Amino acid sequence: MTYLPKPRLHHPELPRNDLGFTRRDYEGAISTLCAGCGHDSISAAIIHACFELSLPPHRIAKLSGIGCSSKTPTYFLGNSHGFNSVHGRMPSVLTGANLANRDLIYLGVSGDGDSASIGLGQFAHAMRRGVNMTYIVENNGVYGLTKGQFSATADRGAKNKSGVANNDEAIDLVSMALQLGATFIGRGFSGDKTQLVPLIKAALSHRGAAFIDVVSPCVAFNNHAGSTKSFDYVREHNEAVNFLDVILSRAEIVTEYAPGSVREVTQHDGSVLRLRKLAEDYDVSDRIAACAYLQHRHAAGEIVTGLLYVDPEAEEMHDYLGTAIEPLNGLMEAELCPGAGALAKVNAGLR
Amino acid sequence: MQATDIANPDYFHKVVDCQWACPAHTPVPEYIRLIADQRYADAYMVNWHSNVFPGILGRTCDRPCEPACRRGRVEEEPVAICRLKRVAADFKGDVSAMMPRPAVQRNGKRIACIGAGPAAMTVARDLAPSGYEVVVFDGEARAGGFIRSQIPKFRLPEAVIDEEMGYVTDLGVETRFGQRVASLKAILAEDWDAVFVGCGAPRGRDLDLPGRQEAAANIHIGIDWLSSVSFGHVTKVGRRVIVLGGGNTAMDCCRSARRLGGTDVKVVVRSGFAEMKASPWEKEDAIGEDIPILNFMVPREFLHEDGRLVGMMFEKVHAETDAKGRRQLVPTGEQLIRIDADDVLVAVGQENAFPWIERDAGLDFDARGMPVVDEVTMQSSNPRVFFGGDAAFGPKNIIWAVAHGHQAAISIDKFCRGEDVKLRPPPMVTLASQKMGIHEWSYDNDVSLDLRFKVPHQEKSRALASIKAEVELGFDLALAFKEAQRCLNCDVQTVFAPKLCIECDACVDICPVDCITFTENGEEAELRTRLNAPAHHLFEDIYIADGLKTGRIMAKDEDVCLHCGLCAERCPTGAWDMQRFLIDLAQVSPQREHSCAR
Ligand SMILES: Cc1cc2nc3c(=O)[nH]c(=O)nc-3n(C[C@H](O)[C@H](O)[C@H](O)COP(=O)(O)OP(=O)(O)OC[C@H]3O[C@@H](n4cnc5c(N)ncnc54)[C@H](O)[C@@H]3O)c2cc1C
Ligand SMILES: Cc1ncc(C[n+]2csc(CCOP(=O)(O)OP(=O)(O)O)c2C)c(N)n1
Ligand code: SF4
Ligand code: SF4
Ligand code: SF4
Ligand SMILES: [Mg+2]
Repeated sequence: MTYLPKPRLHHPELPRNDLGFTRRDYEGAISTLCAGCGHDSISAAIIHACFELSLPPHRIAKLSGIGCSSKTPTYFLGNSHGFNSVHGRMPSVLTGANLANRDLIYLGVSGDGDSASIGLGQFAHAMRRGVNMTYIVENNGVYGLTKGQFSATADRGAKNKSGVANNDEAIDLVSMALQLGATFIGRGFSGDKTQLVPLIKAALSHRGAAFIDVVSPCVAFNNHAGSTKSFDYVREHNEAVNFLDVILSRAEIVTEYAPGSVREVTQHDGSVLRLRKLAEDYDVSDRIAACAYLQHRHAAGEIVTGLLYVDPEAEEMHDYLGTAIEPLNGLMEAELCPGAGALAKVNAGLR
Repeated sequence: MQATDIANPDYFHKVVDCQWACPAHTPVPEYIRLIADQRYADAYMVNWHSNVFPGILGRTCDRPCEPACRRGRVEEEPVAICRLKRVAADFKGDVSAMMPRPAVQRNGKRIACIGAGPAAMTVARDLAPSGYEVVVFDGEARAGGFIRSQIPKFRLPEAVIDEEMGYVTDLGVETRFGQRVASLKAILAEDWDAVFVGCGAPRGRDLDLPGRQEAAANIHIGIDWLSSVSFGHVTKVGRRVIVLGGGNTAMDCCRSARRLGGTDVKVVVRSGFAEMKASPWEKEDAIGEDIPILNFMVPREFLHEDGRLVGMMFEKVHAETDAKGRRQLVPTGEQLIRIDADDVLVAVGQENAFPWIERDAGLDFDARGMPVVDEVTMQSSNPRVFFGGDAAFGPKNIIWAVAHGHQAAISIDKFCRGEDVKLRPPPMVTLASQKMGIHEWSYDNDVSLDLRFKVPHQEKSRALASIKAEVELGFDLALAFKEAQRCLNCDVQTVFAPKLCIECDACVDICPVDCITFTENGEEAELRTRLNAPAHHLFEDIYIADGLKTGRIMAKDEDVCLHCGLCAERCPTGAWDMQRFLIDLAQVSPQREHSCAR
């Protein structure tokens, strides 16, 4: 069984972005996941988003834990920095990397097992610390890599491939992220890139802890009747609250909409999130209302998707800690070893 | 848009751009795969079945397939389809055992072919094995027509012509060579069941300018001069030669002149370089032999002194678009330009002439003196008389002559059976899955990134030293393999089964050229604007399938599909499959007992 690499030949009219790259330049190695895995679509969405934002690949760091989902960083952004960490420990490694070099763009990729089972504590602390990152959970409700055991996000009552129901209550990472203070929260579906790509773009341009839960069917172990994470089930129960456009500069804004139907949020970096409302009265800036809305709709059996919460003025970990602006690797001996006088001053301050 | 009817043989045939563009519809990717597989004899026979003269065409074909080749749209240049055909011919070994045998039993029908050019020889090849008594008449001593008399030997060695004409005559075809047919009426009076006219377009146009008569001794009509060269009647030309005209004949004239003593040979053309009729590679070869091509110069006068040609005068022109948007050549007003010359070769076009066809032979001719011939059946207004090749619709090329020959043979067969010639027989189509395993296909789906390989040429000084030294040496086997690997296997079709699709997007994500889109249906023009990649090439179809769970359609732009099979490899349900499409266009079938060994 050989996996051919994707031929380098591309469509003759493949567009180039501001950096002169094509979308194909943001690809990675050929995926070894099961054919049809939702995770591969998320990889494709990440590629689209980074291309459209014209992100310089060498300024992105992609970090992950263990799992099929955590394998995916190999399959996109082949020219970016990568760190495949221990199961459930991606958030700590990412936090550390970010502390050392705040200039990189951090993309954490994890699974529902990686983040909601073994790594739940890690997930929670990265959120509450406000680490400036985009954290994507590729949520299939199972441990795909270890052959399909229920994970902590599997819905109670959902059936596994052999028909056995899950009795444990599901963890909803979106609700947790809301509660833990993440400043950008969304949910998407691997089977809907028109929704997912803008969500990822918005998250990547958000300053602060951005979290996206992406429902991503496991074609091998969780795409049967009785699953609540199958293509069919998600398509039937998907309720998007809004439709998001990410507009990179004010100048691009042309289309006019009826007042009230559209809301624009200007982010820290100047990008504008234009939200066309699908659910009336859904307010992306109201954390508490969002929590309540999610609970209600969940009880009604719906999977709420879209941009669910955003705080465009958010602060992030470095603001709280007052760390040096310069990445550690840019600090010279003079700054790192300020000498005995400086030490004496610090000591005096602690007396 | 309507869902695509993939059962229509034309649909997938059109995806095989080269085969569709080939007038004889040669299964190009099929023979290229056989070459890569080192099965040269089989590759030759696939060609022979479709185009009858693979060795000849592999050196001389006008190759309408190459501009159509998909590879030319995804990288710089098309696959060297034509020169790979030559590889099959060069390395096939002895194929005589694979050839059909002469019919054991004659069917009692007698067919006369006038002319032994490619058109008539194709008719003979198609009809003889099925029992027809075919008699080929030609004024020349040997078969080949213009292939033998016009195409210079440095492009096409005589032995190749002898061999391939021989395969046809070996089928029990009778030849009556060395005597021109003087009257169609006389032929029609004999007991032929059908007559095929393949007499070509034998007359070269002249240029009636001042000085033409006086300098006549050194002014030659290109095609007459070339045949004199071919038959060894002309072996020398002056040192300074002007060749008038911008077509392939002009290119053959100037390159022949370079080999017969012309050290200062110039081609002078009325039009611009880009508008010249000659194929790009012919121009390239001429320039490579130090022959300047002078454009936008209109011949005005032949200069002569003491009854000898000394040169020509030309007027400079430039192209202008008139009010009606037509391009016209307008004099620049500069002084006339003089070019000295010892000989002038006039290659400004070719005309049909039918001096042996009486106008009261029961055939209609149109105002331009051309016979009225049906474009599909090749039948003239006299139901017993069929035309093909250059005689039918004016000068074209060998592969068109072959294509006409096949169609005329089908018509003659139907006519002799008393069937309606307008009802054309359907092609034979097979579509077979190539799947061997999850990532394994019975064709090599790894797409080569190599750019087109150049055919090695004879060293220039040697090439120019002889009128017979073949310039192109042909690919060796190593190069042939690499060039063959550039073929995208466009006949291995992407076949979609909507019922199996779960709309997971895996195929969309993997496709290297963004062919596939799942979207809402719409009118074609509008739909083409919102596919994953722009679909501007309207000639290339969009494959539409409906019946998906979400109510969307699958739209695949066939334009630049690499036929890499990755969509099918990544599809979890087998909704995509790679299936080899073989289309065997109808031909007159040989007698069962001796069917062609293919
Ligand atoms: C200089 C030149 C170079 C060319 N190079 C190429 C090339 O590289 N590639 C390509 O594809 N095409 C080329 N062509 C065109 C190609 O040769 C012709 O299109 C093709 O040969 C036409 O085939 P045909 O069967 O119609 O007749 P022809 O090949 O023209 O053969 C007609 C035959 O009929 C015979 N004939 C005519 N009248 C009578 C009669 N009354 N009685 C008996 N016999 C008769 C003639 O002697 C001749 O042998 C070239 C043409 C020229 C002039
Ligand atoms: C410390 C540790 N415990 C357990 C495992 C075994 N293990 C590997 S992957 C995995 C679950 C991955 O699930 P998820 O994060 O949902 O990824 P998926 O494969 O579903 O995408 C487990 C339990 C491990 N690799 N390391
Ligand atoms: S096991 Fe499931 S999650 Fe893992 S690659 Fe296969 S389909 Fe994807
Ligand atoms: S074969 Fe499939 S994956 Fe390959 S180019 Fe064609 S449509 Fe795309
Ligand atoms: S990979 Fe197969 S199942 Fe998935 S969308 Fe494509 S055709 Fe459908
Ligand atoms: Mg999982």
